Amino acid sequence: MTSPALAAPALSTERKPSGLTTTVTTYRVPLSIAALCLLPWVLPSQALAVNVLVYGVLAVGYNLLFGYTGMLSFGHAAFFGAGAYIAGIAIGKFGIPWYIAVPLGVLGGGLLAFIIGALSTRTRGIYFSMVTLALAQLVYYVALQASSWTGGENGLRGLTVNRINLFGWSINFLDPVNKYYILMIFAALALWVVSRILNSSFGAAIEAIRENERRARTCGFNVERTKLLSFTLSGLICALAGTMSALHLAFVPLDVLHYHTSGMIVMMTLLGGARSFFGPFIGALVFLLMEDVFSLWTSHWQIIVGSIFILFVLFLPKGIWGTFLSKVMR
Amino acid sequence: MDAELILMQLFSGVALGAILVIAALGLSIIFGMLGVVNFAHGALFMVGAYAGLWVASLTGSFWWGLLVAPIMIGMFGMIIEFVLVRPLYGRSIDDPLLLTFGLSYVLVEAVRMIFGSDGIPFPTPPQLTGVVDLGVGFFPIYRLFVIGVIIAVLLLLWLGLEKTKFGLIVRAGARDPTIMRVLGVDIGKVWLLVFGLGVGLAALGGVLAGPMRSVNPEMGSLVLAEAFVVTVIGGLGSLLGSIIAGLLVGIAISMTALFAPEMATIVMFALMAVVLLIRPQGLFGKLA
Repeated sequence: MTSPALAAPALSTERKPSGLTTTVTTYRVPLSIAALCLLPWVLPSQALAVNVLVYGVLAVGYNLLFGYTGMLSFGHAAFFGAGAYIAGIAIGKFGIPWYIAVPLGVLGGGLLAFIIGALSTRTRGIYFSMVTLALAQLVYYVALQASSWTGGENGLRGLTVNRINLFGWSINFLDPVNKYYILMIFAALALWVVSRILNSSFGAAIEAIRENERRARTCGFNVERTKLLSFTLSGLICALAGTMSALHLAFVPLDVLHYHTSGMIVMMTLLGGARSFFGPFIGALVFLLMEDVFSLWTSHWQIIVGSIFILFVLFLPKGIWGTFLSKVMR
Repeated sequence: MDAELILMQLFSGVALGAILVIAALGLSIIFGMLGVVNFAHGALFMVGAYAGLWVASLTGSFWWGLLVAPIMIGMFGMIIEFVLVRPLYGRSIDDPLLLTFGLSYVLVEAVRMIFGSDGIPFPTPPQLTGVVDLGVGFFPIYRLFVIGVIIAVLLLLWLGLEKTKFGLIVRAGARDPTIMRVLGVDIGKVWLLVFGLGVGLAALGGVLAGPMRSVNPEMGSLVLAEAFVVTVIGGLGSLLGSIIAGLLVGIAISMTALFAPEMATIVMFALMAVVLLIRPQGLFGKLA
């Protein structure tokens, strides 16, 4: 899988490496974290800021597969939901402390991603999108049926985390500012991990597969294994977002598994800009802000958001951040 | 468990399967000819059901709804193709998929705005209520009617595609649009009609399914997943595959509902997983 010629930091072919581009790419993780630190103070509410964290991580994890590997999955709600439900069940039903419940959720979601990935990566292109959607709906119906575990249609309750105790510290987790900065640590970790993945030779391999699968195979890449690994890694990060959501809401609604959630992830990623590192995070921010603003005007805000999304597909396929980067970095 | 009950359940599986066939067929035709996966297909199925309901309540007759709604929604489909999908030809294959997904969002919300979020009962037309004794058991007349209509539609489609000049152009255009253009065929017009036909089939499925299912704005997402499962099992773009897989899935669902009701929604996905493991391209699909 590792090819020496491709081991250099992965730069998208569209960007010409100017001085500014290199700087931004090199420092993308510290820059992103700095932006995250400011977020609760510029947004209308801290609860919204926490939501942006959760969905930002979700979209960034999804983009690893969609933007960088070029695979349009419509089933990532399954991994988000699996992370949320597993962490939630561990805390609420078994009284497991949060710092064990979170890794359990992440690993559980990752395992599910491995299984669904093993089935769906056997297919290609359009088929892949359809199969991921169908398998994620399977997970949805299983969760609906297994109501003694998941609470069925009513969702999972009783998993409130009041205090975060670690190394002798005890922090009030119900305080929104505390909650934000604790969950931000997870988000920062996720951004760092994704950046490392993209900078590795594996990152170059997935971009090679996106650009031309047949050529990548001829170059000696194990395309099947690389796709499956990308799918699983992407699922792991989405599952982390799920556990964050469970900690944040102290509740897991069945809706997290619905295909509307998968669609929302796709929309967020595309609005912000697939194929860019921070674009999906911006997309999550913009989507949630739009929801916040338009839902004040009308309960049918989804018409506006859906129409804006259609316009983006037609006229701005690189998304907000992606278009901005390609204009500024030229 | 007696044989009559199993037979009746088998029959209701065929009726359910017929609805799935018509839903999957529209999806498959549009993909086969245009290479576009219409993610709004489920939403248009739902819109079709509402349109049927609306026309029926306006005219006081189910038959007008059954006739007018598919034509109306089919023409709406042509507008969608012309305004939204056409600019995307030649771009990534994901783009029309994403666009139609956004469209499904808009359609569901628009229906919610006009008809409300709650389900609306779709009455079975009085001529088709009740059951009929076929010697081996009592079967609901409406389901027999649905099966009959769908067989008629399939026959018409087959005749249209195999025996007419238009069908010849459509089939040739799916193979090689450039050559067709060179031969002087306005392939854009063909695509417009094919998209309208596929959407019209979805709407027809919606109207027919109305009295069998509850009509609500969310019904489209289940239909979309079902249609996907059927096309994946049958092989995307294969019409015969859609028919056989649709019946297979319908029968599997209703037989499971008889023996293990809680597994009924899950069984079709399990079936799809098995087919994928053995034949990733579907039962009648060709390898890409």
